[in-house]
Amino acid sequence: MNRPGSIQPPDDLGDARAATDMAWAVQRADRQALGGSGGSARAPAIGALSRRRFLVGAAAAGAGLSLGVLNPRTAAASASATADEVNAWVVIKPDDSVVIRIARSEMGQGTLTGLAQMVAEELDCDWSKVDWEYPSPRQNLLRDRVWRSFATGGSRGIRGSHQYVREGGAAARLMLVEAAAGRWQVSAAECSAANSIITHKPSGRTLTYGAVANDAAKLAPPLEVKLKDPKDWKLIGQPVKRLDTADKLNGKQVFGADIQLPGMLNAAVSACPVFGGARKRFDAAKVAAMPGVKGVVPLDNNAVAVVADTWWRAQKALKALPIEWDFGDGGSLSQADIIARLDEGLTAETPLIGNQSGDARAALESAETLVEATYSYPYLNHATMEPMNATARWTEDFCEVWCPTQNGEAAHAGAAEAAGLPLEQVEVHKVHLGGGFGRRGAPDYVRQAVLIAKQFPGTPVKLLWSREEDMMQGFFHPITKARVRGGLDADGKLEALHLRVSGQSILAGLMPNRLADGVDFATFQGLLPEGDQRISYRVENLLVDHAMRNTHIRPGFWRGVNVNQNAVYMECFLDELAHAAGTDALAFREPLMRSNPRGWAVLQAVAERSGWASRQEDGRHLGLAVFHAFGSDVAACAEVTVEADDALRIKRIVAATDPGFCVNPQQTEAQVEGSFVYGLSALLYGECTVRDGQIEQRNFDTFPSLQISQMPEVETLVMPSGGFWGGVGEPTIAVAAPAVLNAIFAATGKRCREVPLKRSGLKFA
Amino acid sequence: MSKLNINGQTLELDFDADTPLLWVLREQAGLTGTKYGCGIARCGACTVHVDGQPMRSCVVPASAFGPAQAITTIEGLSPDSSHPVQQAWLELDVPQCGYCQSGMIMAASALLDGNPNPTDADIDANMTNICRCGTLQRVRRGIHRAAEIKAQGKTA
Ligand code: FES
Ligand code: FES
Repeated sequence: MNRPGSIQPPDDLGDARAATDMAWAVQRADRQALGGSGGSARAPAIGALSRRRFLVGAAAAGAGLSLGVLNPRTAAASASATADEVNAWVVIKPDDSVVIRIARSEMGQGTLTGLAQMVAEELDCDWSKVDWEYPSPRQNLLRDRVWRSFATGGSRGIRGSHQYVREGGAAARLMLVEAAAGRWQVSAAECSAANSIITHKPSGRTLTYGAVANDAAKLAPPLEVKLKDPKDWKLIGQPVKRLDTADKLNGKQVFGADIQLPGMLNAAVSACPVFGGARKRFDAAKVAAMPGVKGVVPLDNNAVAVVADTWWRAQKALKALPIEWDFGDGGSLSQADIIARLDEGLTAETPLIGNQSGDARAALESAETLVEATYSYPYLNHATMEPMNATARWTEDFCEVWCPTQNGEAAHAGAAEAAGLPLEQVEVHKVHLGGGFGRRGAPDYVRQAVLIAKQFPGTPVKLLWSREEDMMQGFFHPITKARVRGGLDADGKLEALHLRVSGQSILAGLMPNRLADGVDFATFQGLLPEGDQRISYRVENLLVDHAMRNTHIRPGFWRGVNVNQNAVYMECFLDELAHAAGTDALAFREPLMRSNPRGWAVLQAVAERSGWASRQEDGRHLGLAVFHAFGSDVAACAEVTVEADDALRIKRIVAATDPGFCVNPQQTEAQVEGSFVYGLSALLYGECTVRDGQIEQRNFDTFPSLQISQMPEVETLVMPSGGFWGGVGEPTIAVAAPAVLNAIFAATGKRCREVPLKRSGLKFA
Repeated sequence: MSKLNINGQTLELDFDADTPLLWVLREQAGLTGTKYGCGIARCGACTVHVDGQPMRSCVVPASAFGPAQAITTIEGLSPDSSHPVQQAWLELDVPQCGYCQSGMIMAASALLDGNPNPTDADIDANMTNICRCGTLQRVRRGIHRAAEIKAQGKTA
């Protein structure tokens, strides 16, 4: 046991509690800003325009409250208890079509299809007849949280709900069989069900699910359901196609940014470019006469929105609107100050310990060989392809919201707070997300939309952030540096390791109530003694600690969260140690992984598949990395070339993942490839820097993303060993960057320890 | 009022002269399949065809066009999602969130129009759209597959 038993790794991050905390944190931050600079923050009453102008369009919004934007193909089915609802998870129509309710959000990661597979597996229905719909957070509230958490983050969509979702399918199946048996007046034990057909075995009679669904719905749910043995799964584990592809090929998919409602107005917003700053004054008269402008709305104490008939006109007027800000304390901070703060933390005293065994400091002192290196990993914006947006329609007694969100319940809470209405009088319609990556767990943009809509009672208003606003008002992947020291004995064996992280804490910024005696255990993802985020190695003398150095930049959960940098720090340093020991990087890890057979298995698999053993004879430059993240073991072997002119090409990456059970291997492959694009974009050019308190990068020209010409060929080995449920969307992002960095060393003999690589002198195609 | 030829129809639309084509498509023509991602021609989410050529619609004013130019958006690529690129995309489950995919599909279909059998190098040179979900590998496969489907369609 490495640590006192009191450590609770925060493996529920991204789930309901965390997201609710986050909703709270966002409001708290706003309020703090309010108190912080109140003196200068005049709160102008709706600018210079008359109140009447704000009511324009109210009469035009004749549409009722039923403008739900669910899956358009099943929009008729409301998620309230209906006659064809067998239970909360399963609706079966007379034509045998099956609608499976999905509580978590689909943002590209394929969870929707995976969850439907889980329900359908136990339901034994005809997969070709399966469609889906989202229940709303309000329905969840009114039905006693029958769908439980809506939170979609921390790679927990499936592993956090697999049990009760499968039970929902199994219970519905039992009820359908019982209903058929009742129809035939036989014992349910004589009946079987498969492919949406119930068969009375002795007589051979059959009924379809659709024929008995209404009867089944009237039955009491079974007290006990038994789930299938994984070896009997027919659908879980199959590479079935996604359920939500067709509309993404022809423009029909409605994203939040695409919502159109009768009489709808459009809003563009600008918040203080420095976090913690406030709005001083703005001159609405300057834009009042611009075409289409309907109003200028101050939001909280730190933002202002322009509302117009179209978004283009709203954004144009916003650009023309004179706004003065009070930047507050953060306004004096620049990148060099932050780096200096982090540098100081690399050697400072700290009580914040994540993992400790033996006596690392003493063992380092006496080690035969001491290796030391300092790494850094920057602030990053999520840069979801679809900028933040939400549409709201407010009246005195009801508020309706359409938004892309990773957490319907947090959006619901945020909307209700902004609307000044109880939760029962607020409805949130979840819309497909144009990317999430952790950004859309926070309801900040939902609150803004409601606050704007409140000024136009009865009229729907769509708020869309410009890319520039989206880049500035993010929840940034925290900045850190690490000083890592390792001690080798005379045989070149690792006997001591001290990994010091210096930098920002996400929990301290967003949910300080989740700190444990001041420790942010999320900082130590992949380095903890046990649990979902445990370290992959056993080192006799180990110390992993954190000098917390926070700034005013708002931190957030960015795909993979802290495994991104922790894997670089750990895996690149192990490569350095192996090199210092004169040992092959794979062989060097072997003795450290004897108690981690799954980690070793994925590492060996990528090494073998990549031809690691023959790389020198073949003249190929490879790099390895392995990590444990979000409950899964993942590894990668990257191959790069670096030409004489320093042109880097990432040729190929073989990845392996052991998520325990794998629900859909082809979607798992897609997630591995996608996580690599996200992680390698950060490795090559990501980075948000701070100048005068503001994020400098405002668009994709200064915050580029990997292009197809730079995309390595990715081969994914899906290696589910069974028996547990690990994450899929995030874990593999951990290994892309360190594997490539180690391969660059193999090719050049030079260590790149600073992410991104854009200052390394390497050139990318 | 100005006349624009969009997806084979001449529409009379009312917009300010400086409005980018992207926003006229989305807000005046109601064609929201074409997406806003950056507004500075750096992401490709807004790609449409103008007389068969791919164009990033976020940086060109709609007033630069008249009824003589044929503007095609994702909604007009095929009446029933039967374009070879759409077929290939469905077959390979290319989209993740889908937000960039209208632009990807429009860029890929324009590439194939000019080059029915593109090599990887051709794809590298011509496909500069970004995808934050990271579908790039399947986009590459999808283009090769679409080329096959297109070739089969011709011989069939
Ligand atoms: S929106 Fe036009 S290229 Fe990005
Ligand atoms: S599929 Fe989501 S951005 Fe490309």
